[in-house]
Amino acid sequence: MPSGVKSRGNILPGFGLAMGFTLAYLGLIVLIPLSTILLKTASMTWGQFWDTVSDPRTLHACRLSFLASLAAALINAVFGLLVAWVLERYDFPMKRFVDGLVDLPFALPTAVAGIVLTTFYSGNGWVGRYLEPRGIKVAYTPLGIVVALTFVGLPFVVRTVQPVLRDLDIQLEGAAAILGASRLQTFRRVVLPQILPATLTGSTLAFARALGEYGSVIFIAGNLPMRSEITPLLIMIKLEQFDYAGATAIALVFLLASFLLLFLINHVVLRRTAAQAG
Amino acid sequence: MDATRPRYLTEPAAVRWLLTFVALAFLLLFLFLPLVVVFAEAFRNGIGAYAAALADPIALSAIRLTLVTAAIVVPANAVFGVAASWAIAKFDFRGKNLLTTLIDLPFSVSPVIAGMVFVLLFGAHGLVGPYLLERDIRVIFALPGIVLATTFVTFPLVARELIPLMQSQGNDEEEAALTLGANGWQTFFRISLPKIKWGLLYGIVLCAARSMGEFGAVSVVSGHVRGVTNTLPLHVEILYNEYQFSAAFAVASLLTLMALLTLVVKGLMEWRSGRRANA
Repeated sequence: MPSGVKSRGNILPGFGLAMGFTLAYLGLIVLIPLSTILLKTASMTWGQFWDTVSDPRTLHACRLSFLASLAAALINAVFGLLVAWVLERYDFPMKRFVDGLVDLPFALPTAVAGIVLTTFYSGNGWVGRYLEPRGIKVAYTPLGIVVALTFVGLPFVVRTVQPVLRDLDIQLEGAAAILGASRLQTFRRVVLPQILPATLTGSTLAFARALGEYGSVIFIAGNLPMRSEITPLLIMIKLEQFDYAGATAIALVFLLASFLLLFLINHVVLRRTAAQAG
Repeated sequence: MDATRPRYLTEPAAVRWLLTFVALAFLLLFLFLPLVVVFAEAFRNGIGAYAAALADPIALSAIRLTLVTAAIVVPANAVFGVAASWAIAKFDFRGKNLLTTLIDLPFSVSPVIAGMVFVLLFGAHGLVGPYLLERDIRVIFALPGIVLATTFVTFPLVARELIPLMQSQGNDEEEAALTLGANGWQTFFRISLPKIKWGLLYGIVLCAARSMGEFGAVSVVSGHVRGVTNTLPLHVEILYNEYQFSAAFAVASLLTLMALLTLVVKGLMEWRSGRRANA
């Protein structure tokens, strides 16, 4: 389709081949498979669809998924900002090693993360054995889900904030200091407004990742219906029972709800903070 | 960095130490100790038990299936990544943003839903599944399904590395080669490919690591037939659920080493590009 190419003296060949292959591969691997969700839902009656989606177990799983992901995203916003700040602004031994380790949750297979965190926080685990006598039960509770989701989302905020922090104009902070602002005032009035959009973007990414997360959660969650069952697990259970219609209905609502939420966060919240900062 | 900052532009020493301490304590508790757990648990029953867990025939067949899957998925996604970045970075066309968004789409789909769509398509009651089963072609609960689900999940990885890289490099060298009479493929293999080789390599490493570690999507389409359709992460799950903890962690330690390797490669890449930027 060279007709779509704007002519600005581009002499490079291969647009048709590269574009054709890209579209064919995208269609075969991603778009056609995803469209089966719509096809399958279209074959259900409205009553069937509504019964699955309004089932208390489904509603509870969706609420748990959204709340646990939100909690993990907020924890990551605070600690991710702190970690990014410390990595960019202060010196300490083995800093390069620590900086590289931040990407571990991206690289570690989710099943490994799941069994590790469960072993770590279970009643006789490394940390769990100190927490449980104090009445804090992490493994096999919703709190465990938040811990697992915090783990998988950790790199997003750090890696989004770090480059912004690195490129901050030092003169603005200098001007604030010369004009008599305390360090805390400078941070709140000068630095924070500049890094807040990146922090929100990072935690939005962490939130989106957490919503769909399966492997690292199912080991630590305990998976009790109406208590610690997340939406991806409920879809999995429906599939294992060959209830494809039910699984598809939940998947469709869940996908649409997450896209809508991400769209709102991106377009409303980010634009507002960007406007304030600018 | 810090050393160049005048004192009025940084925090009092006590605040710096406190913030550093809290950040490091958080990372220690959330990242480093869990990493230590893998190896401590894997070697809890001694190195003999560790070796036995890995030499188990079912573990070996899981390793084989995982490697075969990666050997199909990684080249396919790498070729796609190069083609997509060539089209997006080197040309202007309408709908470029839409295409980029669609390429990123698999990242925002839950792995379970990624597996589910292939069951809806190729399952026994799926759209084309019955037709294929009549002809004795099994996709779900077999290698093709595992490959498809893994390809979906790792789809954007190489393209995402290459698009910004190619965009930042520009077309000058390619245009010079073409003007001097090289044909399209010569230009691609002699000029463009060497320009992007490090980014491509990193994308391939990422894609390989993700495809060997994928759990949710593969779990949906694999059918969990022991020794036949179990990949390494699924084998970890089975061992763990059977309370064979040290065997589960022994297999998990292989996947962890692979994850650490990708971190090392990433570190080397950043060190390289940092050195070039400073030079």
